[in-house]
Amino acid sequence: MKSIFALVDCNNFYVSCERVFNPRLEPLAVVVLSNNDGCVIARSEEAKQLGIGMGAAFFKVREKIEKNKVEVLSSNYALYKDMSDRLMETLCNFTPEIEVYSIDEAFLNLAGLSNNLTGYCRKIAETVKQWTGIPVSIGIAETKTLAKMAQRIVRRFSKAAGVFELTGRASIDEALAQTSVENIWGVGIKTAIKLKRAGINTALALRDVDVNWMRQCFGVTGVRTVYELRGISCYELEEQPPTKKGITVSRTFGRKIEEIYELKEAIASYASRAGEKLREQGLAAGAETIFVMTSRFVDARKRYFNSHTVSFPTATSYTPELIDGAIRSVERLYRKGFLFNKAGVILSDLVPEGSVQRNLFDESDRQKSRRLMGAVDAVNTRLHRRALTWAAEGINQPWRTKFVRRSKRYTTRWDELAEVG
Amino acid sequence: MKTRVEIVYRPDRSTKRRQPIFTARVPAGFPSPAADYEEGKLDLNKHLIRNPAATFFVRVTGDSMVKAGIHDGDMLVVDRSIEPRDKNVVIAAINGELTVKRIRMRKNKLTLEAENENYRSQEIDEEMEFEVWGVVTNVIHEL
Repeated sequence: MKSIFALVDCNNFYVSCERVFNPRLEPLAVVVLSNNDGCVIARSEEAKQLGIGMGAAFFKVREKIEKNKVEVLSSNYALYKDMSDRLMETLCNFTPEIEVYSIDEAFLNLAGLSNNLTGYCRKIAETVKQWTGIPVSIGIAETKTLAKMAQRIVRRFSKAAGVFELTGRASIDEALAQTSVENIWGVGIKTAIKLKRAGINTALALRDVDVNWMRQCFGVTGVRTVYELRGISCYELEEQPPTKKGITVSRTFGRKIEEIYELKEAIASYASRAGEKLREQGLAAGAETIFVMTSRFVDARKRYFNSHTVSFPTATSYTPELIDGAIRSVERLYRKGFLFNKAGVILSDLVPEGSVQRNLFDESDRQKSRRLMGAVDAVNTRLHRRALTWAAEGINQPWRTKFVRRSKRYTTRWDELAEVG
Repeated sequence: MKTRVEIVYRPDRSTKRRQPIFTARVPAGFPSPAADYEEGKLDLNKHLIRNPAATFFVRVTGDSMVKAGIHDGDMLVVDRSIEPRDKNVVIAAINGELTVKRIRMRKNKLTLEAENENYRSQEIDEEMEFEVWGVVTNVIHEL
């Protein structure tokens, strides 16, 4: 059966999540800031209308924000991730075929589920709004590229949630004519510039190009986009998330780090968090990469980036081993005189814990270390995440990422539930 | 005639549950006397949460619902997917605040009632920012 794609996209997702638990924000202009409150990463419609740009550095728009009494929040990823899970779970009630495309977007295949697609999608949008409180807009079409375009049109014409079905020759032609090539799903900025140079400015013009020419200039990906615009589906749903190749924990520090002992603390703490993530998924890592860097915006002589990888003879999820490897790497990577502002731990060569190949000379008691980790994780789940920590992580952690204006983690912490009077 | 699928159900994997596994060895042919009575474990998550995607926990502050058995500091289980009906205890968003009250729906009249004489009930008029946030299904009260 021919697929029918619906792209479900949350409106101003981070802001919408905040509003669910703090209705006072509903009529106000709201922005959410990135880690360390660096730049604007989400804006309510009201904030967009004030001309606050996506990605704007906070210090640059600060005056405008204060003058217009815009509500400013640090990002609350624990909340956004949980709300995203709820959204996806809700969508699963409407179709067995779903691709989680990003934290706030999903493609659905609706083939054979309804003969009134617009009505069906209105029901989806209403249900998502009621169950989770998040408003969504939905674009429907015969290919993913056209569905994405339909969703863009909804967003442009109604600032509120809505549904748009892009089917029928006439309305597709009109939509394509109004869409500029750089706004087509899958067309990057470089491709868009090349297309424009060749006189192809709109999606309509791109749909009608000669396919052989397209293949020569842009390869098979370009051809696929052309076919998708013609209503011939080339991209099916990717329902299985690609198997995890690595687990990354990286942060920008709350302030610059100059001393090696602080860098070691930070890295040890990220390694410990990476270990938790690893065990949550029942995996063990064969290799551990550490990277450290200074800000990219400083003078070239003060800029430094470097990384180092250690491999484990036996794949491990034992935090002391991860921390030990991480600290050895930091000793090699650290350079005196640089101001570090970010570092990270990447665990790779992941294997299921149960099928770890033991090294012939490995004499450590793996059973015992597994039990120890199990106990540590159990305590931290029960109390709070940092109830039990490793001494190497430091106590005061002055380098810790700052979330000064973060709202409460309403859905993931017992002690931070929303309060009702 | 076209067959239409209205709703697709999906197994709920929201909670982990230890399933007892029976590995009773039966060398002489006597079956375990308990084997027929195995019923699985009781799971409080399943009992309290009908729709995990739409269920939230909130914390009560104040004593306005004391006569409904809702005390200061209690935790409420709130299901947003339930359509509110007359006399339900609901979480309402009213003028920017979340509050727990009993909702009364009578002839074009919406009222939020407290369960404590010291509080007055509040009639909802069109001027107010008002929305039913969710329906309270359970109170969790620590003794």
